[in-house]
Amino acid sequence: MPQIVVENLTKTFAVSERTSGTWGSVRGLVHRKRRMVHALDGISFSLEPGELVGYIGPNGAGKSTTVKVLSGILVPTSGRCDVCGLIPWKNRIAHVRGIGVVFGQRTQLWWDLPVVESFDLLRDIYSVPDSQYEATRDELIALLDLNPLLDTPVRQLSLGQRMRCDLAAALLHSPSIVFLDEPTIGLDAVSKLAVRSFVKRINRERGVTVILTTHDMDDIEALCSRVIVLGDGHILSDGTLDELRSSVTTERRLIVDLEKGDRHLFCAQEKRCLSPFSVSGVEVVRSDGTRVELRFDPDVISAADLIAQVTAKYAVKDLFVENTPIEEVIAKLYAEHRP
Amino acid sequence: MSAYYAIIATRFRALLQYRAAAAAGFATQLFWGLVRVMVVTAFYQSSTAHQPMSLSQSITYIWLGQAMLAMLPWNVDREIAAMVRSGDVVYELLRPRDLYAVWFSRILALRTAPTLLRAVPMFVIALLLGMEPPKTAASAIAYVVSVMAAVLLSAAITAMVSISLLWTISGDGVLRIMGALVMLFSGLLVPLPLFPSWAQTALDWLPFRGIADIPYRLYMGHIPASDLHWALVSQLGWTAVFVLIGRLMLWRGTRRLVVQGG
Repeated sequence: MPQIVVENLTKTFAVSERTSGTWGSVRGLVHRKRRMVHALDGISFSLEPGELVGYIGPNGAGKSTTVKVLSGILVPTSGRCDVCGLIPWKNRIAHVRGIGVVFGQRTQLWWDLPVVESFDLLRDIYSVPDSQYEATRDELIALLDLNPLLDTPVRQLSLGQRMRCDLAAALLHSPSIVFLDEPTIGLDAVSKLAVRSFVKRINRERGVTVILTTHDMDDIEALCSRVIVLGDGHILSDGTLDELRSSVTTERRLIVDLEKGDRHLFCAQEKRCLSPFSVSGVEVVRSDGTRVELRFDPDVISAADLIAQVTAKYAVKDLFVENTPIEEVIAKLYAEHRP
Repeated sequence: MSAYYAIIATRFRALLQYRAAAAAGFATQLFWGLVRVMVVTAFYQSSTAHQPMSLSQSITYIWLGQAMLAMLPWNVDREIAAMVRSGDVVYELLRPRDLYAVWFSRILALRTAPTLLRAVPMFVIALLLGMEPPKTAASAIAYVVSVMAAVLLSAAITAMVSISLLWTISGDGVLRIMGALVMLFSGLLVPLPLFPSWAQTALDWLPFRGIADIPYRLYMGHIPASDLHWALVSQLGWTAVFVLIGRLMLWRGTRRLVVQGG
């Protein structure tokens, strides 16, 4: 049985606008233009317990709005939403007991308190029994390597340290669902990896359902079996990463490293090349020093054929085949659905 | 530990850290207290008419007001204001607790911790400067009980003003109006018994007497300790009214919530 069901969810905001400048401010005192913004325009999906779903979309697509509706903060304009048998905004208090939320751009820790005091306060707010609290807290401290940070006031933590503490804070009451809204935003490589491996572990080992919104496609590739792509309040795509990729493009890439002398041979424009490479279904994406990137359609020419033709014509030092980078897939999908 | 008690205790401890603010507040209130005492002394000396309070009672009233100034609903919890402004208020809504009670708890700490820091030294100094101690033990007890009710009333008014930030975001205007009303009608500017008699009925029907005037007069015996129950009826009745208004506003406010900053 699905744990989360969302049907035809819409959320419309009224935004007051005023014209810029002094005259605009004066006019704004008596007359305000109101504009309706459809943040969500008929969203439907369902999630099984233990899924780890990537929820992605360009800025302003409605990702955070969905998270806020699902976590009971915002009341939607219309539509149905059922999380573990509860309607989030109607049974807010019962509902939020079972969920954990991290907003990457905010903190839920008390700014002036040492981290451990924030944790203790959360124990009291969620009424977690002492023995259970200590076990969970110690486990989270070990997993996220928080020991050196516990007595530091939150305002003195770096962003990466704070995010690790925030993740722990969201899980102290052992929620069965966790919403992570851009948890890796602004983090360095090491902190990102720490966050990713932590999310993977709580999903695998504790069976926590995770909904992850992010702009970092490496997060998605590293973590998510399923990806929901949102654009302008609509769902553009919902499926595995491979399905998403193949629905947008079947193209693959061949990256070739040439021996030194051969690089001038290889380019798209015929005039500048001594022996231009032209095979149907293949296109030169870029040629950068001795590295050349080819885009090909495997339905027209197989990878083996293409490699044979390339190696026959040029002196090749190294080559490898890869999928279209997921960033480009997503960018293409966004571009196709731009309003 | 109960959740609300934990919130009060944590916030109380945090607010006790602001020692420089307390020292500055104490010095300012001492200075203004001296000025007000001089003004009221001059007033008594220049008039031969019978006054509703003796000069020493008026002076005591003024010092009580200076000592308890931080308890009045003249500001909001800065953290709540910042949360509403930045949108971090979402985390408050993610707690499995009644948001009004959570905020009321924070505000109770705001109305007590800074007051405690300033009132204790102010009482010591003021007693040396001519403030009278309570005449009877009954008056002292009535004062303490009534101050507790005043804290609740003041917190309920503060909570209502804090919740209005959900609409106004900055709240500067509401706070100015609130500050002016409180200072004038609670007795902080001129002791309320010195207002003309036609104003007394109006003042009786306003909620602000209960946060300052009533406990101060119980302290002096100007309201007899045996009338404590009437004082409490008025104070707690108004508290209930403001709690209800605050709850209603919060209920409306969270339904039309727009979270700032994505």
